[in-house]
Amino acid sequence: MEKEPVLQVNGLSKAFGGVQAVLDVDFTLFKGEILGIIGPNGAGKTTLVNLVTGFVKPDAGSVLFKGKNIKGLQPHKIANLGLVRTFQVMRPYHSLAAFKNLIVPLNSPRVRRTSGGKLGDTDLVAIDILEQIGFERDARVPYKIASSLPLGYLKRLELARCIALRPEVILCDEVFSGLSMSEIASMIPLLEKLQMEGITIMMIEHRLRELFRLADRVVVINFGKKIAEGIPKEVMEREDVKAAYLGTGKRK
Amino acid sequence: MTEKERRKKRFDRSVKVRCEGLYAISSWREMGFLAMPRILLILGLLILPITLDMYWQRVLCIAGIYALLALSFDFLAEYVGLVCLGGAMFIGFGGYTSGVLNAYFGWSPIVTIPIATLGGAVMSTLVLIPCLRLRGIYFAIVSFMLPLFSVYIITAVGIFGSTEGISALDTLPNIWVEQYVIIGAIIVALFGIRRLVNEDIGLIFRGIKDNDQAVRASGISITAYRIKAVFIASLIGSFAGAYLSHLYGWLGLSLFAMDFSILPIAACVMGGMGTLVGPVIGAIILTPMSEALRGFGQLRVVLYCLVLIGFILYKPEGLMNYLERKYHQFERWEVV
Amino acid sequence: MDILIYGTVNSIIFALIAVGFSLVYGVSRIPNFAHGSIYVLAGFLTWSFINDLKMNYALAVLISLAIASIIGLIIYRFILIRLRGLPTSEIIASFAVSLIILEGLRMQGIAGFKGFIGPFYVLQPFIGGKMNIFGVFVDYQRLIIIAGGVVVITFIWLFTHYTKTGLSLRAIAQDERAAMMLGVNSDRMAMVSLSIGSALAGLAAVLILPLGNIAAEQGYRVLVYALAVCIIGGLGSWAGTILASFALGFSMITSTAVFGALWENVVLIGTIILILLFKPSGLMGKQKELEERV
Repeated sequence: MEKEPVLQVNGLSKAFGGVQAVLDVDFTLFKGEILGIIGPNGAGKTTLVNLVTGFVKPDAGSVLFKGKNIKGLQPHKIANLGLVRTFQVMRPYHSLAAFKNLIVPLNSPRVRRTSGGKLGDTDLVAIDILEQIGFERDARVPYKIASSLPLGYLKRLELARCIALRPEVILCDEVFSGLSMSEIASMIPLLEKLQMEGITIMMIEHRLRELFRLADRVVVINFGKKIAEGIPKEVMEREDVKAAYLGTGKRK
Repeated sequence: MTEKERRKKRFDRSVKVRCEGLYAISSWREMGFLAMPRILLILGLLILPITLDMYWQRVLCIAGIYALLALSFDFLAEYVGLVCLGGAMFIGFGGYTSGVLNAYFGWSPIVTIPIATLGGAVMSTLVLIPCLRLRGIYFAIVSFMLPLFSVYIITAVGIFGSTEGISALDTLPNIWVEQYVIIGAIIVALFGIRRLVNEDIGLIFRGIKDNDQAVRASGISITAYRIKAVFIASLIGSFAGAYLSHLYGWLGLSLFAMDFSILPIAACVMGGMGTLVGPVIGAIILTPMSEALRGFGQLRVVLYCLVLIGFILYKPEGLMNYLERKYHQFERWEVV
Repeated sequence: MDILIYGTVNSIIFALIAVGFSLVYGVSRIPNFAHGSIYVLAGFLTWSFINDLKMNYALAVLISLAIASIIGLIIYRFILIRLRGLPTSEIIASFAVSLIILEGLRMQGIAGFKGFIGPFYVLQPFIGGKMNIFGVFVDYQRLIIIAGGVVVITFIWLFTHYTKTGLSLRAIAQDERAAMMLGVNSDRMAMVSLSIGSALAGLAAVLILPLGNIAAEQGYRVLVYALAVCIIGGLGSWAGTILASFALGFSMITSTAVFGALWENVVLIGTIILILLFKPSGLMGKQKELEERV
């Protein structure tokens, strides 16, 4: 496994009013791996993604993407560098057909740059991408209006939106939430395929069993602080991690 | 026994279902179904001037100006998410530019109108840029304030004829040119914008309106695209302003009148926001009414605001949305 | 010296005008474009009560304020309430109401209504005469404005910090959902805020109009000033509104003294543009700058 760091976060902190959402978090994402970010609800995981991708400005700390400082950059610039994210709350462009949703990312400067202007008809490219992630063309799924699609397809559409940008790193914010076991089972090969194509993935998840099938390493966040990092098996043995999820059970 | 209830069922007309996508050109009937409203519209607009008498032809020219403004308002509000309360600004900038070029340099309308369209658009966009990075409410506020400020500044600095305005500008050759120029502009703008909102750029605009965070996360700069959208809308508005100054051969502070800001909005809401053709038709309906009421002074403004509020509260979909729906579907009450 | 005094008066005028708008926006996120029109309406109502109905000044003022506040309530209850959550429609609707009121006041010849046209409508100052402060002659009305402004601001501060309704207003302003979960009725609070906001507009009118005359066109100008103060101070921030009123009040008086009265509007719009470019959330904006940006 290559150990080249592609995303380095150091000392990242953010407070909203009186609430310290993220405190002094460091971790490193290595190229080609799948890193899981786990922790109980409200631990600050989504805020972490927001901080890294520029949607929220950090109070302190640094974020280096491929060695370049991206702290304080606008979200679209960060996306154009190759670091993309999904949104936990799905809101596709509801009046448009599914494949039309991908037109927006396909028009970004990054795609224009990397395709050298030879992209061709963006509609066809969009349909192609959707097929690759499992929208059956025969059933005309890509042509359906986005708001009429069931959740499993919407989650994939969100992922497709990221893939359309030809990213190097994808930050997935709870892609498994709300899906049934079989739907997750069909998403997992998709993510593995992305990893094999060289894309680095960081996943925020609650569904630990499914996550551990994919993740090489995990980072545990609780109350905005990192409390553990390492291989899933080892991390889940730790007392403090168990306490974070299950509580201490001790009565004083 | 269970109670019987009535409910409304809506069906798509069979011919509409048959003309989805490529199938539309598979037979004359389908093509006719799709083309007829558009042909009716174009023919209607082209024939209209011939059927009217002198007075109403003039009114048609004014209606055309309002139609262009309504079109640009609808485009900005429904396809980009920016509510522009200052249509008068486009008219003012376009009108003043072409009028000043004509008065001080003597260039003919054929030259001044295109230059003013471009120049007015550039000026309007520049002035609006500071608020395009921000939430939509700022755009509404700033666009509202700008026509008023333009009036204050022109009065204060005393240029461009200050309060009296400049008269004796060249007018367009004759009434037929006047009408067909504006009708041509409407048709071009209408079908142009219609096409635009389905092109890639248009989809990005609509994406910005629907879900701007996702657009940012997709690597697109929202500010840049908003600037483009405002520029396009202001091209239309500035053309209308330039045309107006040469229609009457006069420019003055009334180019920034509140009328130009509110009537397009009323026309839009009444005609059906989002349909692009609704606002045009709404303007063509409201303007004659407004002209007829000119004798009553400010009553006409009160009246169209009442119409506007009435529509917003009770029939927000507007006329064209309703008609479009009826054209494509039919409804039936059925007993359940 | 006179800049100091007139500057203060000007600033308080801005504050009085803006505070009603700021309250409504802060609480229910509705930009009440009808604010300026209610200002003018209250002025004309007071004038009518005094001149046509021969009422006592104080009584006329009180009734006009009551009517203003009821109108605010009606605007919300019958129009805006159906449009909550649709920002485009809210803006359009309140703008339309504003025009109905302002242009309606200028109508002539409908059912004998003669319309308020022309610069003839004047409200008498409460106390005529001037006073000499540090060598500058200041009319009593202006001093009353300062006193009135301070009273209003203090009252609002006390109201929103110590009464149940006031605290509910602040709760909704900070976090609507949380407040609703605690039993605060969002619609009722919006109605309260709109009636208080309109009453404040009326109060501002009654205090300020005696300085000059009443004209329907002033409605737009007042709205512009209110909007300017709120943008510069930060939409939804109290301290910002006060701060911005002073900043704007003093800068406009200073520019009039130095450059002449014609340039004060240039100063106004210049300040707005500067703020939008460099600190969009306003001088003391509650929102963080990046959230203000789109």
